[in-house]
Amino acid sequence: MKKEENSKGNRYGMVIDLDKCTGCGLCTIACASENNISVLYDESDKTRNIAWLQISMVTNGKEFPETEVVYIPRPCMQCDNPPCVPVCPATATRKDPNTGIISQIYTRCIGCRYCMAACPYHARAFNWFDPLFPEGMDRYLSPEVSPRMRGVVEKCTFCHHRLMRAKSKAYAEGRRDLKENEYIPACVEACPTKAITFGDLNNSEHTISQLIKSPHAFRLLERLGTKPKVYYMSTKNWLKRMADNYLTGEFK
Amino acid sequence: MEADAKKPGRLKMDGWIFFLVGLIAALIVGWMVFPLLLYSEKSQPLIFSHASHGPESDAGLDCEECHFFYEDGTFSGIPGIKKCMECHEDPESPLSENSEEVKLFTDYVGTKKEIPWLVYARQPDCVYFPHIAHVKMAEIECKVCHGDFATRKVPPTYKLNRLTRYSIDIWGRNIAGYKKNTWDTMKMDDCADCHKRKGKENNNACFVCHK
Repeated sequence: MKKEENSKGNRYGMVIDLDKCTGCGLCTIACASENNISVLYDESDKTRNIAWLQISMVTNGKEFPETEVVYIPRPCMQCDNPPCVPVCPATATRKDPNTGIISQIYTRCIGCRYCMAACPYHARAFNWFDPLFPEGMDRYLSPEVSPRMRGVVEKCTFCHHRLMRAKSKAYAEGRRDLKENEYIPACVEACPTKAITFGDLNNSEHTISQLIKSPHAFRLLERLGTKPKVYYMSTKNWLKRMADNYLTGEFK
Repeated sequence: MEADAKKPGRLKMDGWIFFLVGLIAALIVGWMVFPLLLYSEKSQPLIFSHASHGPESDAGLDCEECHFFYEDGTFSGIPGIKKCMECHEDPESPLSENSEEVKLFTDYVGTKKEIPWLVYARQPDCVYFPHIAHVKMAEIECKVCHGDFATRKVPPTYKLNRLTRYSIDIWGRNIAGYKKNTWDTMKMDDCADCHKRKGKENNNACFVCHK
């Protein structure tokens, strides 16, 4: 596979093996507690709740003996060609030239939600309410992640603070380069079936840069040209078609 | 002719006087009264003398003795009361006649309470600043950002901005924002300027210093 943009420096990406994913939801819980995601007064209101990592269930739509169910965890795709970045009127979101991660600066965000409209993956969430942390839960907040205020957009950052933590440790040991798996997001660490692989797509020594060459690797809505850095793997052909969002009979 | 010319001239002069008086009054309010109202003064819980602890004093401690890095690269910042008690342990035998040391024993060492220091360099919650990247990797001296604290006998007055709740040292003690030394102001622009000067423009990407 041709190296896409940002060939210098790191390009952090993720491969999620959907054949291994059981849909247990542990990654979403790890994500929410790692990133100080607040809860709603009414958490059943799914149009306004906040999730950086969401799991969708899809089926092949066939009758019983042939039914297949797949769970698709969806973090921010950290696109190489992000649709959310150019639409931001406040320059609150940018693609980091060093890591390829799409940053979101909450203090800069004006809450217009253009980025949410632009994102084809629904990876962004808006804070409709003041953050609410039930009593006792506020004591579990991570000081490494800034909590968001009402009126701003937030999204998955590939646990960017963990990269910073890993870098500090590397500096303490006199290194500038990170080893493989020294920096992994919380969801990757939490996954009990090890379905998620994380690493630098530009580094040929990282497992991930081999995994994305697999014929079973694909990305969501690849035809849009957003060039996501989150890859999925599955041997199921109906799933690969569905992920690319073909209409029935559109090609063929 | 002369009288005609004088009359409108006098009127014009009157107008200027009112304008100037108003302007000066507004400038005084804006530049002197407002800053006085904006900042409230607070004093540190103890008058800690860096000069009598630092490398050139009798105690002869290196900066890293109290402000050290942990193994994982995080910075210890201001030391806790345990660190003070490594030397100031026995209330029966104080190390000096200093009244501040007596206060340290009665208020903090005796009760094992942490000293509520006011931090001049406290940044907003959305800022991530790794000391190790600057001190160890870039070899920048403490005083480049913090000023020459190591030789201070008395800590400077802590001035709290009543609106932002940050210390005056972030904006700078000069209300016009004018800076003479690198440590006079600690705003985002100062970080960005320094990165630029040192040819580290990539470090001005948002997700390097924000979290």
